[in-house]
Amino acid sequence: MAEVREDVVEIAGARVSVMRAGQGEPLLFLHGAGGRTWSPLHDRLAERFEVIAPEHPGFGRCDLPEWMASMADLALYYLDFLEALDLRGVHLAGHSLGGWLAGEIAIRNTSRLASVLLLAPAGIAAPEEPFGDIFLWSQEQGTRAQFHDQALAEKRLAIPPDLDLVLQNKTATARLAWSPRLCNLQLPYWLHRIDKPTLLLWGKQDRVIPYACEAYWKKGLRRSVSRVIDECGHGLHNEKPDAASQHMIAFIEGAKT
Amino acid sequence: MKLFFFHLMPYADLDLSYADKHDTAWVTLPNSYFDPAKGKAIYDRYIGELELADQLGFDGICVNEHHQTAYGLMPAPNLIAAALTRTTKNAKIAVLGRALPLVNNPVNIAEEFAMLDQMSGGRIITGFVRGIGSEYYAAGVNPTFSHERYYEAHDLILQAWTREGPFKYHGRHYNFDYVNLWPRPVQQPHPPVWVPSQGSSETIEWCAAKERKYTYLQTFSPLHLAQKNFDAYRAIAQREGYEAQPDQLGWAVPTYVAETDEIARAELKPHIEAFFNRFLRFPLEMRMPPGYASIASAKYLIETKFALRSTDQTIDKLIDMGMVICGSASTVRDAFLHHQKNMGFGNLIAMMQVATQPAWQTEKSLRLFASDVAPHLRGVAEKQTLEAAQ
Repeated sequence: MAEVREDVVEIAGARVSVMRAGQGEPLLFLHGAGGRTWSPLHDRLAERFEVIAPEHPGFGRCDLPEWMASMADLALYYLDFLEALDLRGVHLAGHSLGGWLAGEIAIRNTSRLASVLLLAPAGIAAPEEPFGDIFLWSQEQGTRAQFHDQALAEKRLAIPPDLDLVLQNKTATARLAWSPRLCNLQLPYWLHRIDKPTLLLWGKQDRVIPYACEAYWKKGLRRSVSRVIDECGHGLHNEKPDAASQHMIAFIEGAKT
Repeated sequence: MKLFFFHLMPYADLDLSYADKHDTAWVTLPNSYFDPAKGKAIYDRYIGELELADQLGFDGICVNEHHQTAYGLMPAPNLIAAALTRTTKNAKIAVLGRALPLVNNPVNIAEEFAMLDQMSGGRIITGFVRGIGSEYYAAGVNPTFSHERYYEAHDLILQAWTREGPFKYHGRHYNFDYVNLWPRPVQQPHPPVWVPSQGSSETIEWCAAKERKYTYLQTFSPLHLAQKNFDAYRAIAQREGYEAQPDQLGWAVPTYVAETDEIARAELKPHIEAFFNRFLRFPLEMRMPPGYASIASAKYLIETKFALRSTDQTIDKLIDMGMVICGSASTVRDAFLHHQKNMGFGNLIAMMQVATQPAWQTEKSLRLFASDVAPHLRGVAEKQTLEAAQ
């Protein structure tokens, strides 16, 4: 297990927690709607990179900032974040809502990025296979949808959730993703602006952001590689951390040659 | 006190066994449960019941807005109100209320109310609500902006009614370069504003502020909660430097009058239980979309299993909690006199048709109420006001 350091940074009036572990090239990991955790995938990646895992403004213990009206605002915030921490050559990874966010950042400015890694990203919907309504799901339904293997879901469900955190994270997610649900209809028009190698990584049995969305990302991206993990639900960072980290590391190595 | 008849216009023919397959009568219940051939008769019946209340001398008749639900067939309550302006003579017509944050053009709400006010000859009472949680699923409006949009839309509507146009309005959610209302409302400076609510402290505070003094309407609540919220309103008024009048407070409660207490209970039982257990049924996530309420309120509802509570109600429990008033005319009269004395409200909003309740029950109850209950309630709160003044 990597030794995780946590500190607080203040940017644009929002004080957020940033977790870090490992050494090497910076890998910024943007969390999904469920909030920031340090997952088994973070551990694997920290063996090879300096993993930086911030908590988004409005999530966790941070109140919704007044300026955060949409995903576009959060994308601009993260461009400030990259500047404030003076990060360069960053591998920008994001899961789910965080994958969508990574896409929104990268269409705006890739100058500090080396690569983009989209893990079951929200942001672009497949008309033939709509997203599940994460807002209408109960806590149990939402947890079950994270996993293909329901035994893992049972284990997760046995731990009582921190209600304050759950509600704060849902509120922040709704602020960003209520309508249109979990996507930006304009995003496909601008994917060509991402001029860095991009990985699309999915769990094949994803019931939150179906694997069918992958085709719509691929269509717009200039330099994408697609990988899919079988017997894996939406939460691939928890369900298949080994496979996920192998794909991510292989992609980053491959992108250099 | 002033006496109002409130109609929710439910789909009374709802197949209650829907609950075996679906967890709610709202938003996700397939509309194949609605029989298109039945709509006309339902609207004729319900509008007729509102007209009857006017003829029986009720001070007001009330409609409201809900979307995509068997609970109420009035997604556009102003359409019903418009019909009523032509067929009723004396009763106030209260729209309780329009859900302000759900619309992208609140000026349109100001316009519609101004039209209704003119068409009715100044009989309109307007209601401003945020809409319940499920409406945000139906309307696609972001619930995390619900409060902001409510306050902003309210300010815009009030300005549209009271300021000379054209003027500009620039807010965070609403932007207009030209606001210039034609027609203006006949009631000046503007029609009365009522705020129906289950009673968040923030809402009560806002209504009672001296620059507003809006009538606060407590809906579907146990007695002790209504009492607490009315007391809070009066305390805020005091702090604001004025005495809250009974007509600033309204109590909305399902009411049924029959020949005897036993008959009333037996007749109302299946309908009021269907109302709370089937028509008012939704999962917590639908009732409380993220950001709709503060995290503290949402947490309270989750921890007290509020959503579940509404699926196992019995008429006896409901009557004990004071959530339903039901009985012979004398029982109902005594209950209202007693509660009015304790709670000090000046507006009684009786819901006299609920859920599956058939037309004959509503008509009987309305007539008994008008002949044997209403005469004893008239003037009660007004006398209180007089005493307070002396």
